Amino acid sequence: MLGPDVTWYLVLSSLLFVIGALGVLIRRSPLIVLLSLEIMLNGCNLALIAFARDQGEGAGQVFALAVMAVAAAEVVVGLGLIVAMARRRLDLDVDRMTTLRG
Amino acid sequence: MDVGNVLVWVVWVLAAFGCLGSGVAVVSFSNPFYSALALIGNLSSLAVLYLLLSAEFVAAAQVLVYAGAVMVMFLFVIAYLGGRADAPWAGGPTWQQVAAVSAAAALLVEVVIAVGLKAGGRLSDEASIDAFFGGPHQIGTLFLTNYLLAFEITSIVLLVAAVGGVILGAHSRRLEGARR
Repeated sequence: MLGPDVTWYLVLSSLLFVIGALGVLIRRSPLIVLLSLEIMLNGCNLALIAFARDQGEGAGQVFALAVMAVAAAEVVVGLGLIVAMARRRLDLDVDRMTTLRG
Repeated sequence: MDVGNVLVWVVWVLAAFGCLGSGVAVVSFSNPFYSALALIGNLSSLAVLYLLLSAEFVAAAQVLVYAGAVMVMFLFVIAYLGGRADAPWAGGPTWQQVAAVSAAAALLVEVVIAVGLKAGGRLSDEASIDAFFGGPHQIGTLFLTNYLLAFEITSIVLLVAAVGGVILGAHSRRLEGARR
C-alpha cells in the first residue's frame, strides 16, 4: 500500500473522535453539538474504512455507508427538534433545557 | 521511497492536517455558520483520505450525501435561526471546560490503548486488493447479497426519520397557531 500505514489512519480517526467528543462536551449551542457529533461519526467511519483496507474486505465500507445513512437520519430529527425549540421561543442552550431533569 | 509513495504521503499529510484543523475550527468558532463551513472542509478532506484507502464509492457518497445534502440542511437551519452561539474559549477556563478537556483526553488514551491492544501487532501488513475493491460493483454486490437486511433496515430508518421530521415541524406549527 502506498503512503502511510493503516495505523496512521487509526491515530487520525481517534483524534477526530476526541475532537468531536470535546465539542459535544464543551459547546452549549445544540446546533454545534450536532456538528461535533458529525465529526465523531466521521472519525468512526475513517476507522471502519481503514480496517476494511487492512483486511481487504468490503464489509467495513458497507458499514460506513450504513453509518452515513444513520447520521443523515439523526441530523433530520435533531434539526427538527432544534427548529421546534426555536419556534417555542426556548433558549438554544443545552444547559438551560432542564425541564426533564430528575 | 519512490515518487508515488512520497506523493501519497504528501497528500495524506495535507488531508490529515486539513481534517484536524477544520475539526478544531468546528468546535472553536462561535458563529455556527463558520462551524458548518469548517465541517464541509473536514468532510472533504476525509473524502480524500477515503480515496487513499481505495474506498472510491464511499468517498463519492461522502461528498454527495454529507458535504452536499446534510450540510445544505444544516446551512438552511442556521440561516433560519441565525444568531450567535456561545463563545467556547471566552473568559478563563471554567470547571466545565477543564472537566470536558480532561474527559476527552481520557477518551483518547482509552481508544489508543484499546485499539493498540486488540490490533497493534496485526496492522503492519495489509491484505492485497484488486481493482474492484471499493468500487460501486463490490459495494452493490455486498449490499444486495450478504448485507441485504442491513440495506432494508437502513431504508426503514431513513423513512422513519423523514416522517419524524415532518411530524416535528407540523406539530410546532399547530402549537404556534393555537397560541395566536
